[in-house]
Amino acid sequence: MTLFLQQLMNGIGNGVVYASVALALVLIYRTTGILNFAQGEMALFSTYITWKLTDAGLGIIAAIAVSTLIAFVFGAIIERVLIRPVEHASPFVILIVTIGMFLAISSITVTIFGDDEKQLPSAFSERAWSVADVSVTLEFVGLVVVLAAECLLLWLLLQRTKLGLGLRAVASNPESARLVGISSGTMLMFGWAIAAALGAIGGAVYVPTTPALTAGSMQAVLVYALAAATLGGFDSPLGAVVGGLIVGVAEALAIQYVEPLHDITLVVPFILIGAVLLFKPTGLFGRRIVERV
Amino acid sequence: MASRRKWTSFAVAMLVLAWLAYVPQFYGQSELVPWSEALYFSIAALGLNLLTGYNGQISIGHGAFFGVGAYTTAILMEHNAWQFLPTLPIVIAVALVVGAAFGFPALRLKGLYLALITLGIAALFPDLVNRFASKYGTAGTSLIQPPRVLAPEWASGFAEADDQYRYYMLLVVGVVMLILAANLVRGRFGRALVAVRDHEAAASTLGVNIARVKVGAFAISAAYAAVAGSLSVLVNGSANAGKIEVFRQSILFLVAVVIGGTATVAGPVIGAYVVVFGQDFAKDIFDDKPELAPAVFGVLLVVLMYVLPDGIVGGWRRLIARRSRSDGLPPLPSASPAH
Repeated sequence: MTLFLQQLMNGIGNGVVYASVALALVLIYRTTGILNFAQGEMALFSTYITWKLTDAGLGIIAAIAVSTLIAFVFGAIIERVLIRPVEHASPFVILIVTIGMFLAISSITVTIFGDDEKQLPSAFSERAWSVADVSVTLEFVGLVVVLAAECLLLWLLLQRTKLGLGLRAVASNPESARLVGISSGTMLMFGWAIAAALGAIGGAVYVPTTPALTAGSMQAVLVYALAAATLGGFDSPLGAVVGGLIVGVAEALAIQYVEPLHDITLVVPFILIGAVLLFKPTGLFGRRIVERV
Repeated sequence: MASRRKWTSFAVAMLVLAWLAYVPQFYGQSELVPWSEALYFSIAALGLNLLTGYNGQISIGHGAFFGVGAYTTAILMEHNAWQFLPTLPIVIAVALVVGAAFGFPALRLKGLYLALITLGIAALFPDLVNRFASKYGTAGTSLIQPPRVLAPEWASGFAEADDQYRYYMLLVVGVVMLILAANLVRGRFGRALVAVRDHEAAASTLGVNIARVKVGAFAISAAYAAVAGSLSVLVNGSANAGKIEVFRQSILFLVAVVIGGTATVAGPVIGAYVVVFGQDFAKDIFDDKPELAPAVFGVLLVVLMYVLPDGIVGGWRRLIARRSRSDGLPPLPSASPAH
């Protein structure tokens, strides 16, 4: 039982990270209809900036705050400069542009910061409590709190502010939104900026739980985040969070209890997705798109 | 007019073919490698175009089918002492079955969801190979190096070196696959592919069996990718499935299709050459900083998409259409550029 709870917690810890990257993917998808392949690499770049700042002597919390701000600005610039010109092009074209960004950002990151392993300090101290024989680390609590805070802020932003209303309006019908005076371009820029900032936070809290920060740090996370978003339904933020947690927990439990899956734990999320999509092709929380024929 | 254009494109195709046949005489061993790579890349892109371009099913997982072909050939040659060519029918059969097996679940999915599931195939494949194929590989790894194919006596007239002979094998297989694809899309099945892509309900009203067409497209395109993979063993002398490589290949096949021109016969081939030589070009620009090469290539992709959103062949067609309009001829229906 102790082992089970421990694995469950590991799973939730990872799941929280998958969820926050998935949340960023869903946010961009909801507002622009674009699947951003470069999301993981954008987060990687911000994480390197966080590392650089701590290396220069800044405290980790301050470093995360600064790099999140930088990511916010960069996200807006990327939307304005790279995505805007192809906004109305076919989905293929946009896909290829984000793939180009993926390649470019990852190689620029390696060029600037080098490809040796870096150690990023954790934002949380190493405290741990023992609750019914299970050790609960502050890091775990911190990860969960960060995700919860992200969700709450995002929800408040989308549901309770004028900006959020604009974002939702553009997502649901860009033309009508423009007719009532909402600048859809500005809204899309905001969407990308917020997503980039979420990625920065996700990367900065995730990397310290791994052995080291390397150029490949975010690639596996991107795959799991994509799995999480698909599982939850690509247009549902709630789905992204639930999907992320399910993927993380399923992975951790499979490592522990299913011997034949050793080394191939990546099978787990995709078996799950396969099973869910066979019965609900739009994911757990996705809305069905009704087409008029 | 139409027939003149037909003859022109036929003449261009023959010229290109003649040049490709002359390439091994012209270039030395190390320069021949990218030309050989471009050939097998073309075949994979041709197959993916059938699925993605003509049938509208996006796949970012064809690197896995490519790997299935490579491993089938490598294992048969290394452990069952087969010759290279006899492995091809087996490769095709295996890939058709595997492709169809993935095609059935794909029936339920569309667009983004399908793309992501196929991405999952690409992400999974290296793990599966490590698990199941490592017993065939060197020192317990999944790297398999079968004996190289050598140039036989009778070929000494045109291919003295082994790599020249291998290039010609690739070229012959490539031309056969291109002709097959061209015939396929112009025939009944090709029209069914397009009909299903454009409007499923209408296609099914006209008696097209949608499930059969979609699964068929998946199986055939998987077979193309697998043949390409099997030919890659011929060029590289090994089958390998690194995590990054399979993912990269899957992406690059799609890139080749889109920058060449989706749903055109020549597009994926042109795209494949652009991808292979574009990467070489990117490497040459910053000789002292090899890690910047993907950045150059990435920028190249973004710029290409800005300038030619409908691919190289699409851009070319627009150019032709504009010229023929200025000749005083009425514009063709397809001439108006896609907005």
